[in-house]
Amino acid sequence: MSEPIPALDLRHVSHSYGARKALDDITFTVPPGAFCVLLGLNGAGKSTMFSLITRLFALQHGSIRLLGRDLSREPGAALAELGVVFQSRTLDPDLSVAQNFYYHAALHGIGKTEAAARTQKLLAAVELSDRAKDKVRDLSGGQMRRVEIARALLHRPRLLVLDEPTVGLDIGARAGILRLVRGLIASEGMSVLWATHLTDEVDDGDEVIVLHKGLLLANGAVADLLKSTGAADLKSAFVALTSEPAKGDAR
Amino acid sequence: MTAVATSSGENRRLTLAAYAICLKGICWREGLRFLHQRERFVSALVRPLVWLFIFAAGFRQVLGISIIPPYDTYILYDVYITPGLIAMIQLFNGMQSSLSMVYDREMGNMRVLLLSPFPRPFLLFAKLIAGTLVSVLQVYAYLLIAWFWDIQPPPIGYLEVLPALFLVGLMLGSLGMLLSSLIKQLENFSGVMNFVIFPMFFASSALYPLWRVKEGSPNLYYVCQANPFTHAVELIRFALYGEINWISLAVVFGCMSVFMFGAIVAYDPSRGLMGLRGAPGAGA
Repeated sequence: MSEPIPALDLRHVSHSYGARKALDDITFTVPPGAFCVLLGLNGAGKSTMFSLITRLFALQHGSIRLLGRDLSREPGAALAELGVVFQSRTLDPDLSVAQNFYYHAALHGIGKTEAAARTQKLLAAVELSDRAKDKVRDLSGGQMRRVEIARALLHRPRLLVLDEPTVGLDIGARAGILRLVRGLIASEGMSVLWATHLTDEVDDGDEVIVLHKGLLLANGAVADLLKSTGAADLKSAFVALTSEPAKGDAR
Repeated sequence: MTAVATSSGENRRLTLAAYAICLKGICWREGLRFLHQRERFVSALVRPLVWLFIFAAGFRQVLGISIIPPYDTYILYDVYITPGLIAMIQLFNGMQSSLSMVYDREMGNMRVLLLSPFPRPFLLFAKLIAGTLVSVLQVYAYLLIAWFWDIQPPPIGYLEVLPALFLVGLMLGSLGMLLSSLIKQLENFSGVMNFVIFPMFFASSALYPLWRVKEGSPNLYYVCQANPFTHAVELIRFALYGEINWISLAVVFGCMSVFMFGAIVAYDPSRGLMGLRGAPGAGA
């Protein structure tokens, strides 16, 4: 029996800003249906990695495949499989929530009727149906984040990547967003790459990738990470790993 | 919050209809944006009208215009200046579009566009089409008002000028897009005003015929001749009277191709400026 195609497959990916190396020979996979947490402190190289995965940066070295599609050779097919939530907001504040959805739908070749039906369903799922006609600038930070997640799902991607999606949110909103995204895996078998520096967002069953100063320090299940570091909990393991000096010089 | 039913894994092909939807969506958003920015709408109309009602009225007695093609009789200065003001509307609109691209980049909206599965050159071209459509609507609004000011080209001219307006709009929009790839921050955009818009407009045939410029300064005449904006103005001027200025058409088409190619290369992360110094709005 052939192995399932990974949702995301990075091989020997390196990236430099001039002489500074932001990512150094990164190789990992996100299995289909997995919730994979990319743990890293500020400057670890998470955002650079996201920019490479989303093709906003040119790949300098290595290869990236999304659902088996090579991002450099088949960018359109690969991007069609990808839903993205960036750390900073990407909604148009001057448009209404629904108009932001319709614009996103058009950019994926989805017509207005279909887009309207999907928008209604997705906004109901994130409990914002009543805000469809409101301008985005009138929403709270947590609501905007929920809208962004719902919008990222509009074109039905199979891999969702989120770059520190809970930054700046209160505890309730954070928990709600985590619950929403985890629900996607349970209901849809969607794969998720969740970048954060908060260890309390990781569940025991998650896959964890630890990135520090551009180097991949650990990759595997939480239990394996605890075993290899001898730490009592994930936070201690993360601190132990990232307090050791790394060779790279990340951005 | 409840789990979302998304039916993941939909196999969508980029058909011709999908391309049309994408183009329509980009035009729709550009139009909405223009309507939302009321100041931009008003100033886009007021700017050329101020030139027509005040500047042209003042200079009418000072500057006499001899019979030059495409005009077959003596004309008032107001009539002469109109193609230049039309091109000015398109010049400002092209630069406004590039300003909005810099704004989009800073706000992160640009990433939404560049994450689309459609080829990047198509997305940028669609963005240019959208900007051009907005500029053409502004031009017709201006021509409508100018009609009441006795600026009345032949009726067929209103139709025949349309292809010229599209070409000029695309050329100036491409130039704006290319410039937006060179500008790092919104604050730096004022340089475009000083180093692009003003020199392009004043060193052209928009305000005075080139034979007059030649009399005053032969060197400036050559600068005006080399300025693509001069050819944009002349293309519009001739088209308004049902004629084609072939040299201007060739220059405008050539410049449009070069600027568009430059903009597409600049926005390609594997080759362009954005890829070299960081993606649009990536904020890595």
